[in-house]
Amino acid sequence: MQIPVFSVADDPGPDFASLLRRQGLSAAVPDGPVSAAGAVPHGTTVVAIRYADGVVMAGDRRATSGNLISHRSIEKVFPADRWSGVAIAGAAGPAMEMVKLFQLQLEHYEKVEGQPLSLEGKANQLSQMVRNHLPAAMQGLAVVPLFAGFDTRRRAGRLFQYDVTGGRYEENDYATSGSGGLHAATVVKLGFGRDTSADATVDLAFQALVTAADEDSATGGPDPTRGIWPVMATIDADGFTRLDDSDLAARYGRLYPGASA
Amino acid sequence: MSMPFYVAPEQVMKDRADYARKGIARGRSLVAVACAEGVVICAENPSSTLRKVSEIYDRIAFAGVGKYNEFDQLRISGVRAADLKGFSFSREDVEARGLANQYAQILGQVFTHEMKPLEVEILVAEVGPEAGTDQLFHLLYDGTVIDEARFAVLGGDAEAVTERVEASLGEAPDLASALRVAVGALAGPDRTLVAADLEVALLDRASVRRCFRRIEDADVSALLATS
Repeated sequence: MQIPVFSVADDPGPDFASLLRRQGLSAAVPDGPVSAAGAVPHGTTVVAIRYADGVVMAGDRRATSGNLISHRSIEKVFPADRWSGVAIAGAAGPAMEMVKLFQLQLEHYEKVEGQPLSLEGKANQLSQMVRNHLPAAMQGLAVVPLFAGFDTRRRAGRLFQYDVTGGRYEENDYATSGSGGLHAATVVKLGFGRDTSADATVDLAFQALVTAADEDSATGGPDPTRGIWPVMATIDADGFTRLDDSDLAARYGRLYPGASA
Repeated sequence: MSMPFYVAPEQVMKDRADYARKGIARGRSLVAVACAEGVVICAENPSSTLRKVSEIYDRIAFAGVGKYNEFDQLRISGVRAADLKGFSFSREDVEARGLANQYAQILGQVFTHEMKPLEVEILVAEVGPEAGTDQLFHLLYDGTVIDEARFAVLGGDAEAVTERVEASLGEAPDLASALRVAVGALAGPDRTLVAADLEVALLDRASVRRCFRRIEDADVSALLATS
């Protein structure tokens, strides 16, 4: 792979997506509905909740193709960079690709410009990526992410949800996405408090996912026999921290004493 | 009909090399030393915003001396090449050697074919999994690549600085002693340099992914004070 050299007028600047386009590496959009190619794995429920010092993000582990379970242990919550995370619901393949590009975009910008994007800038960047994905969404490959991070300038956690057109909505308290999102949102709504601790907020997100799995066949619940737990992370002044499976197993035992294996 | 004067190719190359060397000699020098903690890169640079040392990829750093706009453009091209390669293949496939060779191509091409050579010297450093496996590629304005072993010196005053580093650098130095040697060599016998005159960065061997980090002035002072 050669070092790309551009004339001044043609320089893509710190934009990695534009660099990919110039190198002819962007993915093509399908011509017809994707259902013609068979069922595509879809990821389901993700939750983000604000608490006093930051944001908790959580996602279940199931991907489904139609009525079949295609994966039991996919991950839908990722660090975007040190101070932010992204959670995805929708067509799994394009969603993973979008996360990978988004992570690279933030890192690329930081390296080329010498300083990281603001949290607002990162949220807008993701909005553009979702917007650019709209033609594929129209063919049945919708991706609807959540974005949350710690704003190092405001010293507070912030979270954003999106729609398929790239619409970006900042939420004050919590946001959910995916097929089980409605049920999860109800649980969060009933238990939410502005000054809750990180620990209590993780419990709340955990319960929201369990309830979503209870009501929605496309959402997977905790699976103690196989040792599959939701992906949960806190994002605060210390950055993105993913919770250990042992922590989640202990939490499950405490929250659902009758169910623990 | 007027005939252009004949100029021997040796003379053309010599003139270009002299021109590039003069440009580079106007700037301050830079020292990189492989140590126990990783690769420490120390540049004399009073500006805290126009950087000479920066991150290219997970385990790779870039440093340049000479004309700022020219080496900064090379730095950005390197970030692009590394990120594209990591995106197309995998993060493990991005390595300093390939990047150094591509830089050499560009520098050599410009040196022989363009009106004006690039007035830069650059360093591509990669930190290895354990001490002794670090790679330091030193590239000259004409595309010459030098694979340096324990340390590299870039810039106009390189010979004198190299002698001073060689005289004082012990076997297997740690970060503090490597930095003291580098700063002492840059300063020379007649001057002393303080943290505000320096730009210091470390490719941290212990980091899991992105190893590059800048060392702030306060920490530089603390490292220089330990003995």
